[in-house]
This record gives sequence, structure tokens and C-alpha cells, in this order.
Amino acid sequence: MPIHIQTEDFDLSTEVARLRANQPQVGAVVAFVGTVRDMNEGDAVASMELEHYPGMTEKSLQAIVDQARARWDLIDVLVIHRVGPLKPLDQIVLVAVTSRHRGEAFAACEFIMDYLKTQAPFWKKEQTAQGARWVDARVADDEAMARWGISSGQPGTDSAIGLPPEELG
Amino acid sequence: MNIQIRFFASVREALGTAQEGVDLPEHVHTVGEVRDFLRQRGGVWAEVLAEGRALRMAYNQQMAGVATPVAEGGEVAFFPPVTGG
Repeated sequence: MPIHIQTEDFDLSTEVARLRANQPQVGAVVAFVGTVRDMNEGDAVASMELEHYPGMTEKSLQAIVDQARARWDLIDVLVIHRVGPLKPLDQIVLVAVTSRHRGEAFAACEFIMDYLKTQAPFWKKEQTAQGARWVDARVADDEAMARWGISSGQPGTDSAIGLPPEELG
Repeated sequence: MNIQIRFFASVREALGTAQEGVDLPEHVHTVGEVRDFLRQRGGVWAEVLAEGRALRMAYNQQMAGVATPVAEGGEVAFFPPVTGG
């Protein structure tokens, strides 16, 4: 269950090959790669900086993977998230899941990404022609999270400010 | 009680500090009370940590709520809603 926070880029083929090496019980591999877009909220994005909370980041990703493994019968999970300076076209995140059958891998991969978007302590700061700005959390990400029966606890929605931990899912 | 307090992203920038050790008064026992205590510094502290502001809290590197208890040597963090992925 490798989890990597790194500034370096990653290679999808290499990572997937490593994940399923010597695992003949694997029948399905689902991988998601998130990349940097050149436009956000109508403005051209020249570059961005990804900040995180070292220590908590790894713990929260581990908790997310543990929850996925409790829900679905998975063989292995890999999460790579980059931090530091990034520019359009760059890869940001890789989530790869292996399982015996495709249903589990598809569901778990999407679950992990939805969870990561609202729970893992990463923050994006964009450079645009109007200057630098911190990216706002998206309500759509909370809604994606809610599909799994979990309240994100992310402020920005009406009910989410100052939630006690039992309501954070 | 002595704790470490950490700030990230826009909260860190607005406050102009990433981390500090704080000696809490005796009546401060929870993450929410730490937030109230820091807000009493006034100025940008009152603004950034105001109730109703989109702010997330963590205690010992786990998401926390206002009622989460804090203990000697603990680590409280304040940051905006997360935007990774």
C-alpha cells in the first residue's frame, strides 16, 4: 500500500507494472491521473504551487486507503501526490488500485480520489495574469464525497463550518 | 499547558507565521477554545480565525472539531478547506 508525497514526476506504466508484479491474483487495474489544467474559473493559469501538511498528509491518505480496503476487496493500492511547483500539463496525482474483478477497482479508485479531494491537507496556489491566488474548495467535490455517504466537513457548504469530528466522517 | 500551533496556505500567509509554541491559559481545553484564545489577539487574528470563516482544524494531525480536547505537547493546526488532487 505505498503512499508517496514527492516533488518528482511519475510514470504511469512503471508504477502500474510495479504494483501488479508477481500478483497473479490481480484481474483488474484501475488508475486515475490528475493533471494541471491551463484554465481555472475563467483565467489562464501560468503555474501553481502545491503546499501540504507533512505528517498529516501521509496519515490522512493512509486512513483513506484503509477505508477503501474496508469497503472493497482490494489487492493493492498506490497513491502518489506531487507537491511544490507545477505547471499546466504536469501530472499531479496518481491513484492506482488492483483487485480480482473490475467493479471493486473502479469503485475504490473513484472513492479514494473523492475522499482525497476533501480530506487530504493539500492546497493549490495559482499564478494567473491577475496575480497569485489560493484555489477555493469546490462544492462539487463535497457532493462527490456525499455520494459515498460521507459528509466532507468542508466549509463552503451551509452545514460544514466548525463540525465536530464525528460529523467529519 | 504548552502546545504547538501550525498554520497552512492562505491562513499561514494572512497571519504571517507558519508555527509557534503557545502557553495556554488554564481555561483553554479544546481546539475551539484555542481558536477563541488566538482570536483575542485582535487584528488579523480576529479576522482570519473569526467564527463562520471557512476554516478547518486539526489536532495531532487528524481533522478535529471545536470540541476536540487538547493536551500538553499537542499540535493544533488551522487551515483553509483543502484543494488537492
